[in-house]
Amino acid sequence: MSILVVAEHDGAHARPGSSSALAVARDLAAHSGERVELLVIGRGLAFVAADAARFAPVIVADHPLLANPTADRYAHIIADVAKAREAGSIVANSTTFAKDILPRASAMLSAAMAGDVTGYSFANGKLLLRRPMYAGAAMATVALTGRPLVITVRASAFPAAEPLAEPGERIVWSVDASTLPNHSEYVGLESRPTLRPELTEARVVVSGGRPFRTGEEFEKYVGCLADALNGATGCTRALVDAGIAPNEWQVGQTGKVVAPQLYVALGISGAVQHLAGMKNSRVVVAVNTDPEAPMFSVATYGLVGDVRQIVPELIRELGK
Amino acid sequence: MKILVPTKRVPSTDEGVRIRPDGSGIEDVALAFIINPFDAIALEEALHIRERRGSGVEVTAVGIGNAAFESELRIALAMGADRAVRVDFDGALDPWSVAQVLGAIVRREKPDLVLMGKQAVDDDSNQAGQMLAGLLDWPQATFASKIEFVEPARLSIARETDRGLETVIVGLPAVVTTDLRLNEPRYASLPALMKAKKRPIETISHRDLGVLPEPKVRILHLEQVAVDRVCVRVADAAELVHRLRYEAKVI
Repeated sequence: MSILVVAEHDGAHARPGSSSALAVARDLAAHSGERVELLVIGRGLAFVAADAARFAPVIVADHPLLANPTADRYAHIIADVAKAREAGSIVANSTTFAKDILPRASAMLSAAMAGDVTGYSFANGKLLLRRPMYAGAAMATVALTGRPLVITVRASAFPAAEPLAEPGERIVWSVDASTLPNHSEYVGLESRPTLRPELTEARVVVSGGRPFRTGEEFEKYVGCLADALNGATGCTRALVDAGIAPNEWQVGQTGKVVAPQLYVALGISGAVQHLAGMKNSRVVVAVNTDPEAPMFSVATYGLVGDVRQIVPELIRELGK
Repeated sequence: MKILVPTKRVPSTDEGVRIRPDGSGIEDVALAFIINPFDAIALEEALHIRERRGSGVEVTAVGIGNAAFESELRIALAMGADRAVRVDFDGALDPWSVAQVLGAIVRREKPDLVLMGKQAVDDDSNQAGQMLAGLLDWPQATFASKIEFVEPARLSIARETDRGLETVIVGLPAVVTTDLRLNEPRYASLPALMKAKKRPIETISHRDLGVLPEPKVRILHLEQVAVDRVCVRVADAAELVHRLRYEAKVI
């Protein structure tokens, strides 16, 4: 039996969050005695596979028809590999990649699935998983029936896995192109190139709200402070709706859920939906002109004042 | 063309939820229930498609639950759904069992398109649509923020992903799950709500569909998450940076 970790990658490296999924898998394997294997899917995977093998044996599904992450083909591969390797569990980092593909694979395997897992324990040998519900207002303890179990984990809730002393084996998965589904045509991805860390994986997140009225203004304050802290940028729904910041920067119940070491909220009043996306951050800083803003109720440190005046001061202090 | 819109009845949690002291669930005595907001977006999109295409599009809202669900299904009718179907079931559901029931409904109704919310705002699972597509072996496009017909039976869909906006084309029949920015659902007017009260809601027992919904995920316990930090008010930027460096040690 094995625990299969589906690693998400960018064509060169596995995404950092996949390392947390691997750490969870190793720990589960320590209880169950199963072996841990990584699965990478894509095209031209020589480099990714070598990189991933530093952490665990890796199954490599490399084929031109797998160049883009379409749910039908990727779920098909995951289900096939899970059967062949007798996977008792399938684990991945909770991102839109996994949220799209794993439930489909899970249904193909008649498997139970729990998403966004933030903790687990064993009771009489049975695995209990903890996952948030109601936009993070409640924490549920759930048990899954049957095998395999499919689990996505929130990377920020778990440590990253250490590399092995000796690289793991690379196992080539032979892809039978004739069996691959052909349900969808991938057209393309429109994304803003950025040198900043990915929002859900960053140690520091700097987010902006209503005071920023243009993209330039957002960049001048939120972007520059993020760069001074080597962090990612985030924002509220209002800024996305107003076209000031891109969708993928939205933090909240309907956007991304983040839990960095440090979350800096600049001019964000703190609507319930936004708090759901960030309140589990380790340290929260709120800067706002309104001393009664709800954001202060979840903040570790609060500074009342105008972000336009305070951000340049903060950047100066950080440079000292 | 037939569009099926599965809906879930969820508590309105704008005011926050309270967990029962014994952890067995949420306090739902005085709670208002609504159509899951993401499903309302799916219904709105189905109505859009019907309006753009003119005649020949039928929009059916589906709910799985007990008779209490009928008030939300009537709102779906008042918004403009042509039909409402309730699968009578009173037990616990999870995404797997929902997908199984919906699979049976799809085999019976034979829709060209299933449009549903990307997740329900109670359990926040984000699985039922993908599982349904997997069970049916249909194309899927999740987290849609734009849906356009490129041919009579082919849709171009913009998907909101962590990496940016992805575009895929899927042939019908397909399952599409809707994200927040797809549209703003319309309100049902009062006259439409009055009229909807008299309209029939088709009720099917899950036995007639030949499925016994058996959840694979059991919720054993719920607890309230309270993050009430005692906020330390700092005087200026210098004090803040000092505390972040030497007290919190996060920079």
